[in-house]
Amino acid sequence: MTEQLWQVHFKVHRQRTGGKPYVRTFTLDVDPEEYILDAVERIWALHDRTLTYRHACHHSTCGACGMRVNGREKLTCITTISSVTQNGGTVRIDPLRNFPVVSDLVVDMGNFFLRMDRSGFNSVAPLAAACLPYEQPLTAENSIDHEPERLVDCIECGLCISVCPAANTDKEYVGPAVLASLHLMYVQNPTQEFIDQADHHTGLWRCHSAYECTEVCPSGVDPAWRIMDMRKKVMSDRIKSIFRPRSSEKKNAQPA
Amino acid sequence: MPNQPEANNWPRWFDPRSRSLGTFGFILNRVTALGLTLYLLMHLIALGQLARGADAYDGFIALVKNPLFKLGELLVIAAGVIHGLNGIRIALNSFGIGVRCQKGTFIALMLIALFIIAFFTFKMFSEG
Ligand code: SF4
Ligand code: FES
Repeated sequence: MTEQLWQVHFKVHRQRTGGKPYVRTFTLDVDPEEYILDAVERIWALHDRTLTYRHACHHSTCGACGMRVNGREKLTCITTISSVTQNGGTVRIDPLRNFPVVSDLVVDMGNFFLRMDRSGFNSVAPLAAACLPYEQPLTAENSIDHEPERLVDCIECGLCISVCPAANTDKEYVGPAVLASLHLMYVQNPTQEFIDQADHHTGLWRCHSAYECTEVCPSGVDPAWRIMDMRKKVMSDRIKSIFRPRSSEKKNAQPA
Repeated sequence: MPNQPEANNWPRWFDPRSRSLGTFGFILNRVTALGLTLYLLMHLIALGQLARGADAYDGFIALVKNPLFKLGELLVIAAGVIHGLNGIRIALNSFGIGVRCQKGTFIALMLIALFIIAFFTFKMFSEG
């Protein structure tokens, strides 16, 4: 806690299902080192009990508290007020984009969770596969709890979908998190099935390389790198297939 | 504009607020692509004019010597250089090359683009 409180104006997006959005301003005295989620909770508790928002863990694990803070996708439970404004300043709070608004700051992530599920997403992975392939893998010996597996990085917060310009205009695009999940599954089990799921125009090839997903991901998943790594695999397979003899040619080449 | 994905949300592509460097690359590529497509269209229309005889040809040449046309030509060169260099970065990334240093590559390539554009500006406008 710092000693001096700041006065901050929170401009909060309000909207009922299917209704017109509007903005309501709440002025609070806050500790600058408090988190944005603390302020949202205070608004709900002391100023407006009809405000709806999502949260659970308060420590960047459940992925429920994603919102846009001053236009940028953030996990609000780990975003300090001082990192986004100053004393006397204004903070704009909006729901994530590229999801339908259910109410106020709550968006419908059902479709996204279904897609994650279909990708085979498993939140636990062996240590070597749980990290990014370019990172130094942990081993059971040098990990803190000496366990052979750990939770994977993606917390399914949806920030990467919200920030993605391709997801903004194509509702069929599966989005960065789902592609990252397919890559993660492929790293653990390199079968064509995962590549085939990603290799289509609403998958790997819809990405237009804005790299925003990697910028906002609060968990170091690096979806953009994973997308490009899968593209590399698909491209190299295609190039190899040009030089590979076709199955009929192969048959003819076999000794009688 | 609706919060959920819609095809007609496309104006948001060009909104650089609260965005990082990657989006600037994305916006530049789209703007230059649109510019080059428009140029191609105008170029074909202009070529069509040439088929209308020698007078039309001379009139056209006099028109393109206008400094405003020169500025247009410079914009076409700038769009081609930016789109081409940025495209190389994206193509390499799609082969898994340089993904982790894509920001640095973008800045370096755009500096090269700036240098090339400055060179053409000097060449085109110093010759009068
Ligand atoms: S990849 Fe990152 S930003 Fe996207 S859902 Fe997973 S944790 Fe969130
Ligand atoms: S409340 Fe769980 S991640 Fe923020």
